[in-house]
Amino acid sequence: MRVTFERRLKQPRWLSLAVPVVSVVFALVVAALVLVVTGHNPFTTYRELVDAAFLQTGSLGQTLISATPLAFTGLAAAAAFRMKLFNIGAEGQMYMGAIFGAAAGLYLGGRGGPSAFVIASMVVAGCVGGMVWALIPGILRAFFKTNEILTSLLLNYVAGYVLTYLIFESESYWRQTKGFNATTFPTGKPLPHNAIWPGWSVHVQGGLVVPLGAGFAVLAAVILWLLYSRTRFGFEARVLGDSDRAARYAGVRVRRKILAVMALSGAIAGLGGASQVGDFAHSLDGDPNGLQKQGFGYSGIVVAALGRYNPFAVVLVAFLIGGLQNAGNTLQGATFPAGLVGVIQGIILFSALGGELLIRHRVRIGRRVRKDASTAPEPAA
Amino acid sequence: MNNSLLIVLIASGVAYGTPLLFAALGELLAERSGVLNLGVEGMMLVGAVMGFWTVQRLHVTTAVALAAAIGVAALAGAMMAAIHAFLVITLRASQIVSGLALTIFAGVYGLSSYLGNNLNLADQPASHTFTAFFPSSMQKWPIVGPIVFGQNVLVYVSWACVVLISLYLSHTRPGLNVRAVGESPAAADTMGISVTSYRYAHTIVGGAFAGVGGATVTLAITPQWVDGITYGAGWIAIALVIFAFWRPELCLVGAYFFGALEALAPQLQARNITLGPTVLWTSSLPYVMTILVLVVVSSGTARRRLGAPSALGVAYVREER
Repeated sequence: MRVTFERRLKQPRWLSLAVPVVSVVFALVVAALVLVVTGHNPFTTYRELVDAAFLQTGSLGQTLISATPLAFTGLAAAAAFRMKLFNIGAEGQMYMGAIFGAAAGLYLGGRGGPSAFVIASMVVAGCVGGMVWALIPGILRAFFKTNEILTSLLLNYVAGYVLTYLIFESESYWRQTKGFNATTFPTGKPLPHNAIWPGWSVHVQGGLVVPLGAGFAVLAAVILWLLYSRTRFGFEARVLGDSDRAARYAGVRVRRKILAVMALSGAIAGLGGASQVGDFAHSLDGDPNGLQKQGFGYSGIVVAALGRYNPFAVVLVAFLIGGLQNAGNTLQGATFPAGLVGVIQGIILFSALGGELLIRHRVRIGRRVRKDASTAPEPAA
Repeated sequence: MNNSLLIVLIASGVAYGTPLLFAALGELLAERSGVLNLGVEGMMLVGAVMGFWTVQRLHVTTAVALAAAIGVAALAGAMMAAIHAFLVITLRASQIVSGLALTIFAGVYGLSSYLGNNLNLADQPASHTFTAFFPSSMQKWPIVGPIVFGQNVLVYVSWACVVLISLYLSHTRPGLNVRAVGESPAAADTMGISVTSYRYAHTIVGGAFAGVGGATVTLAITPQWVDGITYGAGWIAIALVIFAFWRPELCLVGAYFFGALEALAPQLQARNITLGPTVLWTSSLPYVMTILVLVVVSSGTARRRLGAPSALGVAYVREER
């Protein structure tokens, strides 16, 4: 039996919704097989997962804490991947955003400015931090044609070392140097109260706090959507993503566009880093088992791909994947081995990718094609 | 003399470079057939954890346990590569995204961590490890002692692999066919070479090499299991293939250079040498240097990209050629 794929002339709309849904289901089925093979009961594990992610008291709040950074890294990846600029550096750009954002919060907050001003400065600083870190691979790609996948990824490791250094290996401005635990358990210096980002309390599950960062993420999604679907900038970026040559002939300034898109992508990831500091950690989290253990930057790629690079879909997907990530954090133990989250996310990405084939191609089972070919009239010479 | 920093750095550069070399050779095979596999880090980690698991669970002599571990690691790496091969060769998915998916699936936050936790491998020393192959009297010879004779058997195996792959690609029929498949799959197809099977075979064998590279880390260099123990070596290996212009013998030189950079941090620490924020810059050095070398190689005269397979990263569809 021969299976062939034919290019579709028209891509049916329902498929672009069905593929992500089927991808998630398929991933859960395959991960269930992994669980069975390694001696776990997948039904128990999945029930615990759903409980911990969305149902039990306080779980939605926890899920939002994981979903907020994922929305930022997902949007960062979507902004760049859409132009076929593979910025895999959201992880490091997020750390840099956190470092810059924390610096602004500690410094300006310490001087006692109004809270709104301090928070706005942290937002700007976070964006700048991520932007600077993303512009390194951006500049190298634009001017030296250096592969941005490798450079942006390698910089994640460097950013991780910088983060660890600031808290653990130096007496930096970010480190708590006073008090009993200052030398035995190094931590970040706590933010002053006027630098802490507020949240909205909602009466769901007995009090749910929607962090300010989640609001910024939705705002970023709206801006990104407007930018890519309603402006010349976005149009040119999409043309460039589809065909480098076509864009060049149409007069798109390729270098400038690469720099702009990398800066945009980095700024979104950096804002995520500032939100980590202002919303959740309230200090610079340099712990190798803290922010660095989460891998939000890498999960963001899964979020972006599953949302098919549509900003609103990305935010929605971030909430779902955030639930998964949150369950991974709270359940980690005997019935829920660490790493299961990555396994599920990886399979989701694999199947979303395989699903792209179904969106773009029609699958034909061999025999019919052969029969069609033999009965088709010979083309007139 | 054999304790001087330079000699020690070269000797440990060879040791630390061996996982990079294995992984780079595997990536080279896949790329020469036209398949870019960005999942090296993930394949290495799964090889590393499975190799480590094998020595912990097998109660046999050291030689048998280690040989079995290398076999299991190769198999594990090959299985990971097979997923990528299916997606990009049969389903024609984006090679870049599929490679990233493999890294996420198998890597630090994925399967390797899952297996390590589920099999309770963390926080225990390896029961069998690779040690120096030649007698200690030979290791005392000046210069060549530590560098050439102070290594474990995997180092010598990797040398053999470099020679064999080099000969394979330049002097054998299948080797020449692979290059045809990587340069011009349509022409190779017309010649009757099966593009699909060549790409499958080389991607999967490439994965096996990455798995062995991972096991080299957990069985020879730092004999233990820690989540994400390869610390980005897989990515450096991918970059190495580019620096080496897709030539196995140059992979060896590059691997030892980056191995020496990786060895710098522990060596300086052991000798109490500090120079500014030492831990920060010595740990970042391999990554930063990789970026710098990538820039040099990708710009200027080297821009002609000597040796890059023309069809790298492009799916071959007979109907659309």
